[in-house]
Amino acid sequence: MTQKTIYNETHRALGAKMVDFGGWDMPIHYGSQIEEHHQVRRDAGMFDVSHMTVLDMRGSGVRPFLRMLVANSVEKLTKPGKALYSCMLDGNGGVIDDLIIYFMSEDFFRVVVNAATRDKDVAWITAQAAPFKIDIKERRDLAMVAVQGPNARDKVLSLLTPDAAAAAKKLGKFVAVEADGMFVARTGYTGEDGFEIMVPETQAVEFWNRLLAAGVKPAGLGARDTLRLEAGMALYGQDMDESVSPLEAGLAWTVAFDEGRDYTGRAALEAQQAKGVPRQMIGVVMDEKGVLRHGQAVFTAAGEGEILSGTFSPTLGKAIALARVPAGEIGAVEVDIRGKRVPVRPVKYPFVRDGAAQPGV
Amino acid sequence: MSEIPGDLKFLKSHEWARVEDNGQVTVGISDHAQGLLGDLVYVELPNIGDTITLGGAVAVVESVKAASDVYSPVSGKVVAVNDALSDKPETINEDAYGEGWIFVVAPDDMDQMADLLAPDDYAELLEDEGH
Repeated sequence: MTQKTIYNETHRALGAKMVDFGGWDMPIHYGSQIEEHHQVRRDAGMFDVSHMTVLDMRGSGVRPFLRMLVANSVEKLTKPGKALYSCMLDGNGGVIDDLIIYFMSEDFFRVVVNAATRDKDVAWITAQAAPFKIDIKERRDLAMVAVQGPNARDKVLSLLTPDAAAAAKKLGKFVAVEADGMFVARTGYTGEDGFEIMVPETQAVEFWNRLLAAGVKPAGLGARDTLRLEAGMALYGQDMDESVSPLEAGLAWTVAFDEGRDYTGRAALEAQQAKGVPRQMIGVVMDEKGVLRHGQAVFTAAGEGEILSGTFSPTLGKAIALARVPAGEIGAVEVDIRGKRVPVRPVKYPFVRDGAAQPGV
Repeated sequence: MSEIPGDLKFLKSHEWARVEDNGQVTVGISDHAQGLLGDLVYVELPNIGDTITLGGAVAVVESVKAASDVYSPVSGKVVAVNDALSDKPETINEDAYGEGWIFVVAPDDMDQMADLLAPDDYAELLEDEGH
């Protein structure tokens, strides 16, 4: 049974082409994926991300539980509203999911996990949480809208009451605040500034329509994917899953080996590090015409790998991709496209940040 | 969706073919097909002079979302390709039945064209396919 967000009728009324995404009926675009992409890079766009799973965790055991659950260290979270991106690992160091943890108060953390992995995540988290005596509640009553782009914050602030706007305006990156009964976080998945906003379903459609009236254009999951890939952000299921560790997925920066914290997967990660991490994530750009796609074979001096996320970058006008290849010096890189070996350039990602191509890309 | 011109014939795989006055056959993809693919970003054209066969993959159209083969509705020799698509693949999105043509074939056997779908039959196929 396909699930629908509170915005389903709204999307259809706006002419969206709907697709199944992890069991959810979601808009892939509202006419042109590429125009929606540019709209976000140049002005402001909004995405319905209500399909994502919000879990509120309460109790004095939550911090000790999260210390054990995820690879990044929740000890970094001391100020209310601060967010932390992390992977949740299994005992082998494989990635069960990536998630964001918001610190609300010492006995209240909010965790956002992916939609497509919801059942697996909830089962894992519930089982792991049992000894910690914490209360976990899924917030299906909250819709979520990501408003992204260079003008996104100003447009959102213009819709808030003065006090709420002042509080939201002050937010540093990766921090959230309650404002006008909504939860406003300065986070995103596009490489642009903006907010991700959780809004009670009862007010959700009205809020969307106010954003629309303020000139924020709707953008679908298609644009969301090209934007996040340009920004060098990993997509669970495509760039990482249980078969790889975060160290092989370009996510070492999200892994903390802080003293005395025995989290699930730590021993496996330390063993992998001691032996040498066998694979690495690289970014590639193709100057020839064509499109890089998931699953294409990649050839390097270090050996063969594959394209994970690949797409046409609307900002650069050429194909970009993340690839997993063996560790070591990679030398010249080629990709097999329909039986033909095409040269690609390894580059540092993100490919695009704050509207502009990054140096060397 | 735009009107389907009456002088076109179709493959079930959503290619259109038009017999020109000189007996050559112009080939493209249908408006429905471009809609399914979304924004096109790359077209891999055949070479002029290529020998192609009925049902063989001749060109590739790629959108942000997916790559799709373009099959030939007739056997013969490629006599023209739409080079303008190299720089403006989105022409197919904008005008699938006109400026968005992909290649032209000099057919070996025009009788092969008889097996293609007439516009009404193609429209009916689209109805059946879903929605």
